[in-house]
Amino acid sequence: MGDELHFKSAGELSDLLSSGSVSSVEIVQAFIDRVGAVDDRVKAFNSYDAEDALAQAQASDERRAKGETLGELDGIPVGLKDNLAVKGQPLTCSSKILESFISPYDGTCIQKLKANGAVLWGRLNMDEFAMGSSTENSGTHTTSNPWDLERIPGGSSGGSAAAVAACEATISLGSDTGGSIRQPASHCGVVGLKPTYGRVSRFGLAAFASSLDQIGPIARNIDDAALLLNAISGYDPHDSTSFDIAVPDFRKAAADGGDRKWTIGLPKEYFEESSDPAAIKPVLDAIEFYKSQGFEFKDISLPRTEYAVATYYIIATAEASSNLARYDGIRYTSRAEDFDGKDSIDVYHQSRALGFGEEVKRRVILGTYVLSSGYYDAYYLKAQKCRTLIRSDFENAFESVDAIMTPTSPTPATLKGAHAEDPLAMYLSDIYTISANLAGIPALSLPCGYVDGLPVGLQILGKPFKEDEILRAGRIFEATHAFKDDHPEL
Amino acid sequence: MPEEQSIDIEKVADLARIALTNDEKSKLSSQLDSILEYINKLNELDTDDVEPMAHPNSVFNVWREDKTETELPIEEALKNAPQQRQNMIVVPKVVE
Repeated sequence: MGDELHFKSAGELSDLLSSGSVSSVEIVQAFIDRVGAVDDRVKAFNSYDAEDALAQAQASDERRAKGETLGELDGIPVGLKDNLAVKGQPLTCSSKILESFISPYDGTCIQKLKANGAVLWGRLNMDEFAMGSSTENSGTHTTSNPWDLERIPGGSSGGSAAAVAACEATISLGSDTGGSIRQPASHCGVVGLKPTYGRVSRFGLAAFASSLDQIGPIARNIDDAALLLNAISGYDPHDSTSFDIAVPDFRKAAADGGDRKWTIGLPKEYFEESSDPAAIKPVLDAIEFYKSQGFEFKDISLPRTEYAVATYYIIATAEASSNLARYDGIRYTSRAEDFDGKDSIDVYHQSRALGFGEEVKRRVILGTYVLSSGYYDAYYLKAQKCRTLIRSDFENAFESVDAIMTPTSPTPATLKGAHAEDPLAMYLSDIYTISANLAGIPALSLPCGYVDGLPVGLQILGKPFKEDEILRAGRIFEATHAFKDDHPEL
Repeated sequence: MPEEQSIDIEKVADLARIALTNDEKSKLSSQLDSILEYINKLNELDTDDVEPMAHPNSVFNVWREDKTETELPIEEALKNAPQQRQNMIVVPKVVE
């Protein structure tokens, strides 16, 4: 492909800015032009403000001219999932109920990006309130997979992954509650990282399931993912679940070429029992590559894997029903006009009926049910105990391995509409990603090849707070494979 | 977990404060019944002596100094409310 700016990685753009051979305004204009050229087909964006992005770029160029550059991301556009709060900007969660909401403050990630000089670039489509794996549950529109426009991009951060794959953004932020960064990254042929729970502050992320949600980077390559993770990590007094632990330089750690003996676990539940070998052949090939590099592989078992989906859908829906109670037609944007005039309670009923889409209603109702009197112990408490067992499976495994490799998704991207009438089938497609959220561990999806022209991701799961190690393991594969330079024809 | 159950969709929708049409009720209750049937799989696991887990990391109360900080001005905080007057949110009557 050509040398156009929109094909370049964030690291390359940062180098070009440092050397003075390109300005931030030129870079941002290149992405505006790219969106104009392809987004009518990809539909990754809910909205973007070209004038505002160019003004941010202009400010960056002026800082650079004065020798006051802020950070490595200064002048680099970063795409944002539409559930992150940017002061004075829309935040829709792709939901009708927030269609005219304007954030009154900056989330911590956004403050950090601004302090780094990044250009905040657009609002990217998602499944409504991050509930889904395809963007088909978006209240605005369905995003297309840039590799095959008839297929889903994955979700819920489908807009964030599709924008990076289609070169409409060089890097972007997503959020991951049960695979919502990794699965779309896998489907779109880009890198996606869910950090350890607590690594990144959730302040200013519209909450879906608070004990599972994490913000993380989506990027063309490992170096860019590390660059963005460097910018957003760290303890935050505004999020009491963020963890006060040292943040390494992930970029440096990922690039470290030093010798190291790796032992990698291959969980039989992910390979023998549920995978179609043809659909994950690139993953098997990647494992062969790692063997050729001296990595040792060990067959392991995560025996409670088959209970992860059921555990997840109790915990996630319970937390969601509680978190989404705030959208009541009273405090935020849309209020039903046509309530019976009876009382405030009726405003809740009617506003939520109008403002929420089908999947959000389904999950809020399921979550309400599992928390309701008489069912709490049977469902919610039971699921919390099962969660302990699922986490202990990983703790046991990590006693004898450094990291675990699996496919990210059982299949490449499916055709749009494949799961329209069967929500359970859609839930089951998350089988390989949700355990990392239940256990709280970091997980990376890395492009490792194609099946029938569709990208396939290798998932690398690491010990808590060892993002540096899984990035480094991923980099070893990436260094000798050119998938990071592939772009879909659009 | 109850062996066989059918979700009382009227009651749960009321608790969740979501008005549903009759079509939605019948569609959702059959979908939720099949999801619950799947979820009952957890009964296979013996969890009698297992501690429940609410968070991946141990989380404790975090306290800060009890001093005034600059937070959102009232006008900013209320900007998204659909109806407001004199720095308050306007709602229909709440009590009889």
